[in-house]
Amino acid sequence: MTPAATAESELLARLRAGDEQAFEALVARLYGTMLTVARTYVKDRAVAEEVVQETWLGVINGLDRFEGRSSLKTWILSILVNQAKTRGAREARTVPFASLAPADDAPAVAPERFRGPEDQYTGGWRSFPANWNAAADSVLQDRETLRVAMRAISELPLTQQTVIRMRDVQGYSSDEVCATLDVSEANQRVLLHRARSRVRSALERHLDG
Amino acid sequence: MADGTLITCQEVVEVVTDYVERRMSPEDVATFEAHLDLCAGCKWYVEQMRITIATVGRIDEADVPDEMRDTLMTAFRGRTRGV
Repeated sequence: MTPAATAESELLARLRAGDEQAFEALVARLYGTMLTVARTYVKDRAVAEEVVQETWLGVINGLDRFEGRSSLKTWILSILVNQAKTRGAREARTVPFASLAPADDAPAVAPERFRGPEDQYTGGWRSFPANWNAAADSVLQDRETLRVAMRAISELPLTQQTVIRMRDVQGYSSDEVCATLDVSEANQRVLLHRARSRVRSALERHLDG
Repeated sequence: MADGTLITCQEVVEVVTDYVERRMSPEDVATFEAHLDLCAGCKWYVEQMRITIATVGRIDEADVPDEMRDTLMTAFRGRTRGV
């Protein structure tokens, strides 16, 4: 088994044995991501919170029936998406995730950062991005830097937020994201690209002043 | 990628995710990496993206509303008692 699979089967065993700490930690770790996913399907935050709670109650009830055909966290998210779709249907809002993707053609980096058509080196940097490796160990470990990243994520459109939280905060694979959200790999990658690019910009403003 | 031999910095920042996600054809990877070999700015940019991904990976979310946590912990305890 891979280390991730080993960790997961240990976690499952602890949950089934009634380990409260393991359960509480898992609920906390997945909370922001679950809430974001729910909010892409239902109108308001309070309903999204209910969906998250209902999902966990479903997980608690289903723990002994879980067969491990998918990973535990993929199973949890698939329950969430089903619950959210049901609630969304009741609210007459059954929008497939893919159609929520906004036509966001904002460039990854502001066009002013590049040389214009009048220049010999059109499309080249006017001034280079900084080398962050020197700062990587100190500034980047900083709580404030993490807060900047979290704030940048929370300001993203919900579909981008969902993808970056699943992929980069929680470590879901792109296959898991596509299957859970019923979105194509190419769409997933576009959303991830927009999200990561915006978070990078926020970190750049923070680090380079 | 442009004409298959050249890529500008402005194009690099738009395909960087395809590169780090390994969703690029071998030809495009060669073009991309040839650019990085000649362009420190883009080399640092790709590095910034990798550092961004690693930084986001260190975010430890929490903030579960107290009421929800209490409800869920009660339900979880109920399960182990076989209720």
